Amino acid sequence: MLKVENLVVKYGMIEAIKGISFEVNDGEIVTLIGANGAGKTTTMHAISGLVKPVSGSIQLDGVELTKVQPHKILSMGLAQVPEGRRVFAQETVEENLTLGAFFRKDKDKIRTDMDFVYDLFPRLKERSSQLAGTLSGGEQQMLAMGRALMADPRIMLLDEPSMGLSPLLVSEIFSIIEEINKKGTTVLLVEQNAKRALAIADHAYVLETGNITLHGTGQELSQDERVQKAYLGG
Amino acid sequence: MAFLSYLINGLSLGSVYAIIALGYTMVYGIAKMLNFAHGDIMMVGAYVAFFALTSFGIPVIPSVLLSMLATTVLGVVIERLAYKPLRHATSLSVLITAIGVSYFLQNGAQLLWSSSTKVFPAIISNGSVKLFGGELQISYLTLVTIVVCIAVMVCLTLFINKTKTGMAMRACSEDKGAATLMGINVNMIISITFAIGSGIAAIAAVLLCATYPTLSPTLGSMPGIKAFTAAVFGGIGSIPGAFLGGLMLGVIEILAKAYVSTQLSDAIVFAVLIIVLLIKPTGLLGRKLSEKV
Repeated sequence: MLKVENLVVKYGMIEAIKGISFEVNDGEIVTLIGANGAGKTTTMHAISGLVKPVSGSIQLDGVELTKVQPHKILSMGLAQVPEGRRVFAQETVEENLTLGAFFRKDKDKIRTDMDFVYDLFPRLKERSSQLAGTLSGGEQQMLAMGRALMADPRIMLLDEPSMGLSPLLVSEIFSIIEEINKKGTTVLLVEQNAKRALAIADHAYVLETGNITLHGTGQELSQDERVQKAYLGG
Repeated sequence: MAFLSYLINGLSLGSVYAIIALGYTMVYGIAKMLNFAHGDIMMVGAYVAFFALTSFGIPVIPSVLLSMLATTVLGVVIERLAYKPLRHATSLSVLITAIGVSYFLQNGAQLLWSSSTKVFPAIISNGSVKLFGGELQISYLTLVTIVVCIAVMVCLTLFINKTKTGMAMRACSEDKGAATLMGINVNMIISITFAIGSGIAAIAAVLLCATYPTLSPTLGSMPGIKAFTAAVFGGIGSIPGAFLGGLMLGVIEILAKAYVSTQLSDAIVFAVLIIVLLIKPTGLLGRKLSEKV
């Protein structure tokens, strides 16, 4: 479904991504794990068109995304939950969700999707008329995920959804990611919390200073000695 | 009674400032840049209205519409040619470019229309409403100016709060990256913002010239700076703030002229601005953005 090949991204003179390749197949959960500064967020931004890669290709079902205008990528079925949530703090919860469906014209389906999001995150429903900036970190994460779901995406990119959340909330968020995936949405998950990410991933890639150093199924990598040493505190 | 009369005149002048300030504040709120050429776009609007009224004999309303069309196109073209290439440049480069555009427009106007002043025709009949047995007279022009300003403000507020484009504008003003992720065409929204801000500047131009009927290529600079002050006064980026700031600035200016000194009035206006900013650095209605992590 999503295929990244020889992707290179530079910030000025610094090469943040040094020619990585990976693939996400239909219906899978694929995770990209790595430490701070490994290039995870840069990779996400490149896929969503927020940064322009120097070279390489990013294909969504055979369409070259690097040639598509960034704001059109969402309507092709690829939604991103950005790092740090980036909800619209001055808008209400409901307005944030409405913004997630901004490009869509199918009003009835938008309504059902909003009900679906409210079912998935009952807390958002309770707070639907509250400003997003007043929500707790966990609620903002739920809102960011709900907002992405409002685009009715075929593939969802999640950038560090567990960042700054309590272990209890992390469990909740991860079980919701699995639920979203079971409903048929492909997931590309970027995480520092390697243990959790590997536990739910079909495939996993380890990103280290702009290079992919390891690749395997989630289970294989969680048992890999190098991964255990570097990322699982083994 | 004199006080009331000054107050109303102040509101009228303030209405003009408010309309210009709305353009400033909208562009700042969304593009995060100070368009110092805004006052000069207004000046071009004044000339277009002047020629439409005098040389072509077009009636008032169509002339205003024509002038609005001209400033709208001018604003969008300026953004496309001068500011868009600098979207990722430092804010200082954008600021200097805006000042450059301002001088470009002033000198262009001098070249096209000469620097000698022209007299703007009267567009609103000279009568007035008499209240309190004729003690308080409010000219039709004053009334029209205030009413138009309120109408512009109401339309703009409705547009921003009730329409889909308005919602996209709000999203862009908060976080352009996240707005892009929502499928919003940020460049398009910035163009629309320039279009609206520049379009309403033409309304301000006609109202200003109806009150002070002297046309010159530099006519936009002082009201432009005043309107910018008004926008900062009210909290830059805030639409009700620009409205309130504009009205207050007009009132303070007229009252200072009436009761203190004509020469000192501008100094007093800016002194009040400084005091307000000392007490409330974000302006009267400016929001302090706080982020929760």
